[in-house]
Amino acid sequence: MGESVIRAVDGISLSIARGEFVALLGQSGSGKSTLLNLLAGLDRPTSGAVLVEGRDLGKLNSQELAHYRRTDVGMVFQAFHLIPSMTVVDNVELPLRFAEVERAERERRVRESLERVGLGQRLQHRPSELSGGEQQRVSIARALVNRPALLLADEPTGNLDSRTGEDILNLIREVSVSLGMTVVMVTHERALADRFAHRLIFLADGKLISSTPAAAIAQPGGAAAANPNGTQEALA
Amino acid sequence: MKRYDMLELAVRNLRQSKLRNGLTTVGISVGVASLVAMLSLGVGLQQLATRRLAGSGMFDTVFVASKVDARGWDRDEDRKDQNPEKAPALDEAARGQMQRLPYVTEVEPEIRVMGEILYGGKTHFGFVTGLPMSARENEAFESLQGKFFSGSAAPEVILLNDFAKELEPQNPKSLIGKQVTLRYGEHQPLTADAEHSGRPELPGGQADNSSAGDDYGFSVVRKTQALKVVGIVDEEPYGGMRTVSRGRIFLPVDLTEKLNMAQFSDMRSPLRGQGKTFMTLTVRVKDPAKVAQVQDAIKQMGFRTFSVLDATKSLRRFFTVLDLFLGIFGSLALAVATLAIVNTLVMAVLERRREIGVMKAIGASDTDVKALFFTEAGAMGFFGGVLGIALGFAIGKAINLGTGIYLHNHQLPAEPVWILPTWLIGAAIVFSILVSLLAGLYPASRAARLDPVQTLKYE
Repeated sequence: MGESVIRAVDGISLSIARGEFVALLGQSGSGKSTLLNLLAGLDRPTSGAVLVEGRDLGKLNSQELAHYRRTDVGMVFQAFHLIPSMTVVDNVELPLRFAEVERAERERRVRESLERVGLGQRLQHRPSELSGGEQQRVSIARALVNRPALLLADEPTGNLDSRTGEDILNLIREVSVSLGMTVVMVTHERALADRFAHRLIFLADGKLISSTPAAAIAQPGGAAAANPNGTQEALA
Repeated sequence: MKRYDMLELAVRNLRQSKLRNGLTTVGISVGVASLVAMLSLGVGLQQLATRRLAGSGMFDTVFVASKVDARGWDRDEDRKDQNPEKAPALDEAARGQMQRLPYVTEVEPEIRVMGEILYGGKTHFGFVTGLPMSARENEAFESLQGKFFSGSAAPEVILLNDFAKELEPQNPKSLIGKQVTLRYGEHQPLTADAEHSGRPELPGGQADNSSAGDDYGFSVVRKTQALKVVGIVDEEPYGGMRTVSRGRIFLPVDLTEKLNMAQFSDMRSPLRGQGKTFMTLTVRVKDPAKVAQVQDAIKQMGFRTFSVLDATKSLRRFFTVLDLFLGIFGSLALAVATLAIVNTLVMAVLERRREIGVMKAIGASDTDVKALFFTEAGAMGFFGGVLGIALGFAIGKAINLGTGIYLHNHQLPAEPVWILPTWLIGAAIVFSILVSLLAGLYPASRAARLDPVQTLKYE
């Protein structure tokens, strides 16, 4: 019985500048989530390279990849992926535990992160006791708590009503600007992508179809051109 | 992740499914309890057997005789000794020397003489023997009515129950506290002045080297001694196996020496022209395991020795095998508990697939995930171990209570057959943790191998 190889992402080559907000668009199965997982260091490319700040993620061992995810990447998911048995505070604190941050410092950073996403209350509640929007805020707070340079969001509004979705994207844009983070967001909502992202990247069948500046955003000079030596992800 | 954080997280996770993890922990505790109960039973039985053997007074004792007297004890050795007459005398000096040997607690002569007890206007004949104070520990005195001697030279007497019945057929116990009179023959040495026949001529010039009166002989003079009956004993001490056992009237050994009672063996001294010598000496050793060593030391001094083979050695071998078997049976329950741990943790890995994926996505390494499951297994092992000790302790107490009632029904004194040594408490907990970690090996590595991309797929 032979194995058939499916190329989820095939021959994509692109670079993303530091501080840029990029939206990956495409239909289901177009390879956008796979691309995101490659950027997150959760998956490895079978060929080609993923370079982040000059580091080739494909050449890192599993410990180094875990360290990369711990320090450089924050992730936000469609299904929030909070740990149901833990309170809001514990969920946000978890990445700091893996990063072996001291307890006092942890408390300070958790508080700071939750305040940034507008959650000052209901901190001892469990995820199931929160609304979808609140859960996504907790998940963003968790993604921010290690002060990553790269925020990866996989359909962050997919489980939210349009109003809440908008609020969440506003929040993501706000924190990315204030913290100077690069954001790569997978979405299939063209309208939202147009409103919040700097650049739209269209994928189909694992291939890059087009990379265009978002309609609503004025980008003098373009973010990538403005910072050619910045954060860079490339796929071949 | 830091160890403390890991432990906190693990305990928190365990508390999430209280029933399942609780049941698994109880399973481990039953395993540990059965192991602890079995091994403690082994330890208890061994201590009981050792105590019984020590109580018989046969296994911690070396009997010593002069080579001159005890020819025929060991024929092979007799052939080696060409000149037994020149062997050292078993006298006070030799006794002192033995007393100073390591592990020796007592060196006493075995004194057994004929005597008469005067009571209620009648005389009653019986053998009088001297007992050392250590005889108190002999099992014969466990059922002693009254008290043991208050001192090693106290004017007190303990009577064998049969003899007490002779004195007081209706109520032998009433004798305790009463005064009786002992009539005995005192050994009085003759001196050169008192004896006209002069010194005996002995070969080897031995006639010159002694100033003791025994060189000339002795006379036996009738004496009496008032004694207070302090106790009545049912059985002969030392299971009737020793010279001092075969008496009916027991005196403290120092008193019998002080009274200088004439013994049959005293005949030898004037015959040989030696000073006061002992027929035999009984050397008591602190620990049955040291008997051989003490025996060798005394042999080196030129005496003939005899001891019952160190039964504790073969006993230890027997109990090692018994402990092994008890341990194996006890471990069976723990082996079943191990499977329960594997099952619980594999279930937990399946249930927490998403959680594991999330943890990896936010920065947990494979090692962190593995360590977390390991810690959960270890924590269950620890709690199971502690609970198991408590449970095992309760089982042991029940065993002791049960055997106590059984022994009581058979008119026997209760004795603990189940003893939990301190080392076993620590060892059982450590073992429980180790076994649990072993059980956690597979689930933990399975959790660590989970592909986060697969687990995080939106379902």
